[in-house]
Amino acid sequence: MRGGRFVAPIREARGVPKWVLWSGIVITTFFVILALFAPLISPYNFDEYQTASGERFGKQQPPSAEHPFGTNVLGTDVLARVIYGARTALEVVLLAVFFSLLIGLPLGLMSGYFGGKQDRVLVLIMDSLFAFPYLLLAIVIAFLLSDKIGQGVFTAAIAISVVYVPQYFRVVRNHVISVREESYVEAARALGAKPGTVIRKYVLQNVIQSVPVIATLNAADAILTLAALGFLGYGIQPTDGAEWGYDLQRAIADAGAGIWWTGLFPGLAIVAMVTGLTLLGEGLNDVLNPVLRRRAIQDVVLPAQPAKAPVEEVGV
Amino acid sequence: MAGGHHTTSLRTYALTRLALALPMIWILLTMVFVLLRVAPGDPISAALGGRLSPEQLQARREAAGYDEPLIKQYFEYLGNVVTLDFGETIVDNRPVTEVIRQNGAATLELTIAAFLVSLAVGIPIGLLCGRYRDTPIDIAGRLFGIVVYAAPVFFLGFLAQIVFSQWLGWLPSSGRASPVTTFDLNTTTNLYLIDSLLSLNFPAFKDVLEHLILPATTLGLVIGGVFIRLVRVNVLQTLQGDYIEAARARGLSERNVVWHHAFKNALVPVITVIGLQVALLLGGAVLTEQTFNWPGIGSELIRYLNNRDYIAIQGIITFFAVLVVIISLLIDLVNAWVDPRVRY
Amino acid sequence: MSAVLTVEDLRVWYGTDRGPVRAVDGVSFEIGSGETLGLVGESGCGKSTLGRGIMGLLPRGAVMDGTIEFEGRNLVELGDRDLRRLRGPEIGLIFQEPMTRLNPLMRIEDHFKETLETHEPNLTDAELRRRALDALGRMGIPPTRFRQYPHEFSGGMRQRIMIALALVLRPKLVIADEPTTALDVLVEAQIITILDDLKRNSDTSLLLITHNLGIVAEACERVAVMYAGWIVEEGDARTVFSDPAHPYTRELLRSVISLNTTELNYIPGAPPDLADPPRACRFHPRCPNAMEVCAQKDPIEVRAATGQRVRCWLHGPEEEIPPGAEEPLEREAIAIAEEA
Repeated sequence: MRGGRFVAPIREARGVPKWVLWSGIVITTFFVILALFAPLISPYNFDEYQTASGERFGKQQPPSAEHPFGTNVLGTDVLARVIYGARTALEVVLLAVFFSLLIGLPLGLMSGYFGGKQDRVLVLIMDSLFAFPYLLLAIVIAFLLSDKIGQGVFTAAIAISVVYVPQYFRVVRNHVISVREESYVEAARALGAKPGTVIRKYVLQNVIQSVPVIATLNAADAILTLAALGFLGYGIQPTDGAEWGYDLQRAIADAGAGIWWTGLFPGLAIVAMVTGLTLLGEGLNDVLNPVLRRRAIQDVVLPAQPAKAPVEEVGV
Repeated sequence: MAGGHHTTSLRTYALTRLALALPMIWILLTMVFVLLRVAPGDPISAALGGRLSPEQLQARREAAGYDEPLIKQYFEYLGNVVTLDFGETIVDNRPVTEVIRQNGAATLELTIAAFLVSLAVGIPIGLLCGRYRDTPIDIAGRLFGIVVYAAPVFFLGFLAQIVFSQWLGWLPSSGRASPVTTFDLNTTTNLYLIDSLLSLNFPAFKDVLEHLILPATTLGLVIGGVFIRLVRVNVLQTLQGDYIEAARARGLSERNVVWHHAFKNALVPVITVIGLQVALLLGGAVLTEQTFNWPGIGSELIRYLNNRDYIAIQGIITFFAVLVVIISLLIDLVNAWVDPRVRY
Repeated sequence: MSAVLTVEDLRVWYGTDRGPVRAVDGVSFEIGSGETLGLVGESGCGKSTLGRGIMGLLPRGAVMDGTIEFEGRNLVELGDRDLRRLRGPEIGLIFQEPMTRLNPLMRIEDHFKETLETHEPNLTDAELRRRALDALGRMGIPPTRFRQYPHEFSGGMRQRIMIALALVLRPKLVIADEPTTALDVLVEAQIITILDDLKRNSDTSLLLITHNLGIVAEACERVAVMYAGWIVEEGDARTVFSDPAHPYTRELLRSVISLNTTELNYIPGAPPDLADPPRACRFHPRCPNAMEVCAQKDPIEVRAATGQRVRCWLHGPEEEIPPGAEEPLEREAIAIAEEA
């Protein structure tokens, strides 16, 4: 059963991989909850700058009881922006991973399975894209798209996903190629199975196994790319939501005045979420693909030597 | 595997790789052209739309060759790249090659320094982690690598500025050098560290170095985090190798085995992956330059992006594309030189 | 002829989560100077562990006791540093898979330099080179290839390089762990000729570990048969092969395929799990001659009429067998598909 192939190794994980995996799960879940329940958890909205009675929060106020993380240069609450930033991050990253998979997975499957000239051309294109600094590519695409369809969650997601398609393509294609050479696939084809069937039944099932790990590690990277785009001003519109990278850009100016809370907390949030996703991805990888697994060593004690009778000359 | 072959010479390999690099460059250039010439439609209006009259805009378009058929523009573009003519920026009429030359040196200095830091951080920690697998050393090292990579370079930069510039006052937080030094310095290579040494201007050298430390260390740490993971995995795999056991069976000391067989062999695959890190370095450089006000190509790119200067953007991105492919080619050559199996 | 190596009551056990694996469980033998002893057995009987145990090259979690007497010292009690000094110049080891046993980034020359410099640091460069080329030459590797890399050689040639690398230090004892298993038949014949040559032209002793009875018959003077961590029979090779004393040896010989084979013989059942070996005689579940006593008491080592040592109740000693226990063992038909 396909689900069983994932659940069983996770339950049986021991030692270091187990801790890595579970801390990843805990941290990631924490941020997902923050993202999903932001309106309930956050004390204020992300662009709120005054109380109900119209009293302004005050700009760049240090952390206090009403504002545990302080306020930023626009007078909005930093804690609120951190929480809502998780929501933005989750939205964009989920979209981006989805898009990348949507394009990269089928392309990799087809290219890997059928090979030929199309494969070689695609590989060359993907390798070239892969070699190019992905941040620059994302910036350029975000820049172009923002002219056409405006800035927003969608633009950011597309810019990020374009950058990661070559990665998915490459991993899926390599996996497909190795599976394609397996004897059971050869046997199926020899028996006359149509390519579609073979791909669906054998190749896809096998390749799907590597997807969770790539997708998770990819999501971690995507958050960094989103933050970078936001930092440079090509992320989401400030009016649409809070974004950690954008806040950090504002905070750089604060650093000169010794104001540390506007940058520290969004930054820590990025570090935490990316670390959580990375731990999750690495943990999953260690557990599901144990290439370098070591068996647990048990101590053994030798009992005393058994008594021995001397060798005798005996005739048969 | 048949025996008795001579290894392919390095030269043959180099030529083969060069032949592969050219299609790659071509694909990237085409992509740049499509994205930055075709997609935007009318870059001139986009950049200068509100500021010039329609006739002036039209004149500019003709000057830039934008009224020609697209195919002609495409081949003109490719030809220009070969002759290294990237045109002039729309907004301030600088030749793009000049932009690259002047600011490129600044970026080069930053990236080389950051690269050295990343090697100094990543390789020793990665080696230690692999050698002492699953001990607290290993766990600490891996965690450090993960967390450091999870920190955006502009966040680390922010923290560095708060701590080292504001609170401790040890190091400056922006620019390549103080105004005095910039005025004083005799710039021949535009690499300030080298220039100051060449003109024996030691106060300038110290000043430039102080300005370089924070940005280079920040970027270098982040990239170093990636190296830790790579080196560690390679060390683990190498230590399981059969020839390691055979070396032990010949009575070689553990130190000898670990250093000369395991570590050396483990670092070889890392060389190929270094090429990928160059891409990370260039991207990170853009962010670092913004954070520390470092006058490199990255900050210029952002400035031109904000001004919608498509010619400048195209020129700079083209430059990056070619640069990346050349560096990747060089890395492959180094790899072939170090690992004789690759040529075979 | 004095003994170069004397092993007594050697035990090597591994810890696993299923309990201790008794890979070598009370083994004794000796090898004389210039003698070749073959150690045969199926996969998983512990012979590789034995070979590595003598060198002290066991993985983490293995414990060893008993006596391995070499040059007047007990190797079991030796510390790491002393063991390391022995490895190479005193005892050499030849591995099974030659393809991966040489460092791919080092030239053959560097392999030799490193080995010789570690153990004989006073050699001049010229002497070092001469000895290396000499050792290689005896293996049929020409000096022109001295500076080549491992991947430029075929499997058989790499094995010859490994042998040269082991012999260049002139060890007193060479342990060859399945040296030809990964090679094809023709190359195997070459290697065996080399080992045979070794026997005749030097007084290097050889412990040849293999599951291939044919090469033992060709190259060894004495043979020890190993089963489930025990040596069940040991003696002069020709005698053992013509008059096998232990049923296992007999069955092994019968299952060897040759041009005269008309029907396939095999030993029913599977080699036992060394974490949980059968009680008393470990071969009794598969033995066609098993008696009641075989399932009750550990067989005692005796000397058969034909001269070899054997551990089997068929050869007595009579006094130790309880009355009535010579009856054939009653048991269900052995399940053939009993793969562990």
